[in-house]
Amino acid sequence: MDQGTLTVKRGLAEMLKGGVIMDVTTPEQAVIAERAGAVAVMALERVPADIRSAGGVARMADPVIIRRIMEAVTIPVMAKARIGHFMEARILEELGADYIDESEVLTPADEQYHINKHEFAVPFVCGARNLGEALRRIAEGAAMVRTKGEPGTGNVVEAVRHLRAVNSEIRRVLAAGEEELTSLAKEWGAPYELLLLVKREGRLPVVNFSAGGIATPADAALMMQLGADGIFIGSGVFKSANPEARARAVVLATTNYNDPKVLAEVSGGLGEAMPGLEIGSIAPGARMQERGW
Amino acid sequence: MISRWAEGLTSEEATGTGPLVGVVALQGACLEHVRALRACGARVRPVRRPSDLEGLVGLVIPGGESTVIGRLMGETGLLGPVKEAATGRTGGAGGLAILGTCAGLVLLAKEIAGEPSWIVPGSQPRLGLMDIQANRNAFGRQRESFEADLSVPALGEEPVRAVFIRAPFIEGAGEGVEKLAWFGDKLVLARQGRFLACAFHPELTGDLRLHKWWLGLVETMSPNYER
Repeated sequence: MDQGTLTVKRGLAEMLKGGVIMDVTTPEQAVIAERAGAVAVMALERVPADIRSAGGVARMADPVIIRRIMEAVTIPVMAKARIGHFMEARILEELGADYIDESEVLTPADEQYHINKHEFAVPFVCGARNLGEALRRIAEGAAMVRTKGEPGTGNVVEAVRHLRAVNSEIRRVLAAGEEELTSLAKEWGAPYELLLLVKREGRLPVVNFSAGGIATPADAALMMQLGADGIFIGSGVFKSANPEARARAVVLATTNYNDPKVLAEVSGGLGEAMPGLEIGSIAPGARMQERGW
Repeated sequence: MISRWAEGLTSEEATGTGPLVGVVALQGACLEHVRALRACGARVRPVRRPSDLEGLVGLVIPGGESTVIGRLMGETGLLGPVKEAATGRTGGAGGLAILGTCAGLVLLAKEIAGEPSWIVPGSQPRLGLMDIQANRNAFGRQRESFEADLSVPALGEEPVRAVFIRAPFIEGAGEGVEKLAWFGDKLVLARQGRFLACAFHPELTGDLRLHKWWLGLVETMSPNYER
């Protein structure tokens, strides 16, 4: 019997496809997410919008809270560790988190290296803005990718940019001759063998969800239309006026992203969405997406 | 198609002579089943609404989150028609064969242990077609997920590489339930007439034997199937 194999790690992400993963900070929020039809929850200390306004150093959540969230729901519980902070990751593994998000939402612990994720039995999801970044994370052992977007903004523009970038680069790989792949590997800092794999399979070797700025059912449907395998929603649910209704609507929009009639129905009467942020108003150094490489 | 989710939803019923089977495509690992079944020569249709059931002789409920798939099957109006088609209560001969893997096993079970705390026991939307009790997440959390060689006599001597991901197992099985594979003392593959419940993920390994065997069952079990 083998635990922590690539198949087992990537397999859990396959089971989450077509679903919504919601940020939660308390067991009560976790239950709201599960009732709304979330496929998993992400346990963290504060949602990204609050991390952004609080400033300072954002770290892994309190293990006591993570445990209580795991006890409150039966769906998988993910938790965030700082980029490069392999000891936070060890602690989360010990707690029994089902997936670790090595996340730019938290303050990086290492500006040079990400975690060597192959050394863990628990699977990791990592953020990426383009194909090269996604493949570097996969080379380090990430079993799932999420395009980063800009967390805590309620502004979907960066999520769109990053998913479109990954997809257009995949199309470029598909059109390229094999002899061109070494050049692309050099240009993008992407491992050649993984580019070859992308070319052979016609897609990323792992599941890719969209994150960072999704605030409405329409945003979720847009990202699914653009080719996301599923949705991460952070501040969008619990910073809105009516989290229960919005969580449910985002799930239904993700399932029915091809059906404008359903989308029109579920988008109405949800109350105020979270307050949005213009990306240009965030100083370049304060953009979470720039963290990691 | 770049997205593995969207590709699982595309309806490209390949022409051919194989049986026409469906894969419930509301959430979870749909594409992998679609591919495995097509590789076995079946004609495959993603199923998202009751009208998609028309003409099917077999249906797969894939792995995913059982609470989510069950609820979506309820809301899309699939639950009732699938039950009717499976038990043959509709006008035709009925007799839809069903394969449930992982979450699909849970949805096939009459009894479910380990439901979320907020669910009134027994109220989780399900098919409840098999006389078994499913224990959800019964091997533990993701770090306890595993793959192992499993002896499945029905599929031949060569063991099956079975992938268990936050998997359920079958706790109690009534008479008339054929027990087909055990992991240790845990029942992980069982059949009751037209219904097959599998705790692991044959769709993730490239080993087509279980899909082939099931398609064989579909052909022999379903009165709707015309050669």
